[in-house]
Amino acid sequence: MRPSRPARAGQYLALLAYLVFLAFPFLWLISTAFKPPRELASLHPTWIPKDPTLANFRQAFDEQPLLRAAVNSVIVAVCAALIAVVIATPMAYVMARHRSALSRAATGWVVVSQAFPFVLLIIPLFLILKNLHLINSLPGLTMVYVVWSLPFALWMLVGYVRAVPPELEEAAAVDGAGKLRTLVSVTAPLLTPGLVATALFAFITAWNEFFFALVLMKTPERQTLPVILTHFLGAEGVADLGPLAAAAFLATLPSLVIFALIQRRLTGGMLTGAVKS
Amino acid sequence: MRRVGRLAAVAAAVALLVTGCSSGGTADDGKITLEFQSLAWQKESVDANKQLVKEWNAAHPDIQVKYVQGSWDSVHDQLLTSFEGGEAPDVIHDASDDLADFAYGGYLADLRDLLPARLKSGIPQHSWETATFGDGVYGVPFLQEPRVLIANAKILKAAGVRIPTPAKPWSWEEFRTVTKKLSGDKKFGVAWPLKEPVSATLNLSLSAGGRMFHRGADGKVTVRFDAADQVVPRTVHDQVNTDGSASGTTLGMGGSDTLPGFFAGKYAMVPLGFSYRQQIVQQAPKGFDWQVLPAPAGRDGLAQGVSPQTLSVAEDSPHKKEAAQFIDFLLRPPNMVRLALGDWMLPTGTEALKDPALHTQKNDWATGTALAGDLRSAPAQSVRGYAEWKDKVATPALQEYYSGSIGLGELRKRLVKDGNLVLARYQR
Repeated sequence: MRPSRPARAGQYLALLAYLVFLAFPFLWLISTAFKPPRELASLHPTWIPKDPTLANFRQAFDEQPLLRAAVNSVIVAVCAALIAVVIATPMAYVMARHRSALSRAATGWVVVSQAFPFVLLIIPLFLILKNLHLINSLPGLTMVYVVWSLPFALWMLVGYVRAVPPELEEAAAVDGAGKLRTLVSVTAPLLTPGLVATALFAFITAWNEFFFALVLMKTPERQTLPVILTHFLGAEGVADLGPLAAAAFLATLPSLVIFALIQRRLTGGMLTGAVKS
Repeated sequence: MRRVGRLAAVAAAVALLVTGCSSGGTADDGKITLEFQSLAWQKESVDANKQLVKEWNAAHPDIQVKYVQGSWDSVHDQLLTSFEGGEAPDVIHDASDDLADFAYGGYLADLRDLLPARLKSGIPQHSWETATFGDGVYGVPFLQEPRVLIANAKILKAAGVRIPTPAKPWSWEEFRTVTKKLSGDKKFGVAWPLKEPVSATLNLSLSAGGRMFHRGADGKVTVRFDAADQVVPRTVHDQVNTDGSASGTTLGMGGSDTLPGFFAGKYAMVPLGFSYRQQIVQQAPKGFDWQVLPAPAGRDGLAQGVSPQTLSVAEDSPHKKEAAQFIDFLLRPPNMVRLALGDWMLPTGTEALKDPALHTQKNDWATGTALAGDLRSAPAQSVRGYAEWKDKVATPALQEYYSGSIGLGELRKRLVKDGNLVLARYQR
């Protein structure tokens, strides 16, 4: 049954309101990034800078190693996303296909582990990494991010695996495909949107994470973007607003670009009509 | 063709893993290397710090200092984790009101036997008190800023009010009268940015003789809210709720948030830290005429509580003596002046305070420098349990009082009765 016109108009209005709500902070960030200091302190701020300038970007690059930090962030986030997906995929398959008391307990533990606060984990983690000589190193931070994102990645992937009808794997087996061949040729392609979504989640988690990076990465040449951004903040919340906005704007771009590039992969229409029900 | 593309993508990912995820260790060349974590964040300040580190390294090839950029944001958690993990920097930049937990927790070195006589005698005793916890000294206070009134000079001149000076400041009563005179037509004499109402109230209350925290003969601290403690809170409350001479909307704002209204002439004065001049110089509209005025004076003159920036040495540092030597170098009078100018603050050192650069009329440096002698240790600094008292009791109580939700009686009850219950738990 199709919704009536007023209902559809209401839906579009709600969607538009939501988009405005989401876009406002980002658009304001862009506006601020191009404003000179005197416009930032105006009682009647404008969307479009009256006297647009690139000075904030120049200052941000002059004062902080933004490029180095961006490279660090990319390395850590990409590695964390890849490793998390590689580890989580077989685990998720087993948990989804072989249900038992153990797999239910494991799923429960995964959910519970998401409730642990950072502060509870940081000191033990710090000590473990120190013993492994991985403080102030990108592999150390990557390891932390993998551990941090793995439970949720696993939870996500279990759902995606369950969405793949077992009948497809059974049909492949009937046709003579072995277990590995079935997984590689039948299941894996159908899981692609799930793998992409999970990798994206792990990437964004690592890309935006601040506290672990702050504590674990001591030297400027190892620090990631979120930590470098705090260097534009002074005591009692005073901020160098222009350069901070410029740097924050640049820091959001990679996520947006990645989303734009792979959003097509996130659509899960591949299973439509796969089996007769 | 697509297969080739995929293979290339996989190869690129593997290469990224191999190159990006390979650790870079630090070489040990036998020299002493100290880590100095600085919280300087403004360009001039960072430049001054880095330049001084460079000069030290050039003069001391056997004791090299590595500059590490910290951040005021989350510094407490970051330091705590570093201390617990035995990875704290040797030389630590912080603020004196953040040191109590670290000092009592044994994380910081007692500096009494490490610092040279020159440095000890060069900083006044009342400044040393800010970094003294129990019997030990756990930081060198080196930069501080008084809270001042940043005023729109044009509005004050037009109103014909007496302009206060450090020698002849306004009393709290006169300040209230002046703000009334400057108000009207949707404009306010003053905008109090009281997002953090406790430190502002306590520190300014020293001028009226208010201390709020009183240490008994048994060493235990209790909260009182006597007549002297009430002068500043009552002034702010009455300006907002009785006179209409202070804006109610700025009570929840930080200092920076009030500047647009100040530049637009909505507020004639804003009580701010002395270093806010940097933002004013940067952001004020062309031709905007501003000046620095001393905060109002009370029974104890211009006395005011401050929490200076400090330099400390980690207790776990294997090179405490060298770390103290570096601090001594960093805080030689000319160097202290460079750091102060970079941060738009005042040095604590008596010799540094005599520097001509701090007595110029430009950007009203002279007015702030004239107030340096009246700066005292913030009343609550060494009180254990202060942080909880501030967050759970005093902040909500003062916010409600200033906004007019509760009266003075209820404020007293909460600060004293509820407050003492909190402090008692820390002093059993």
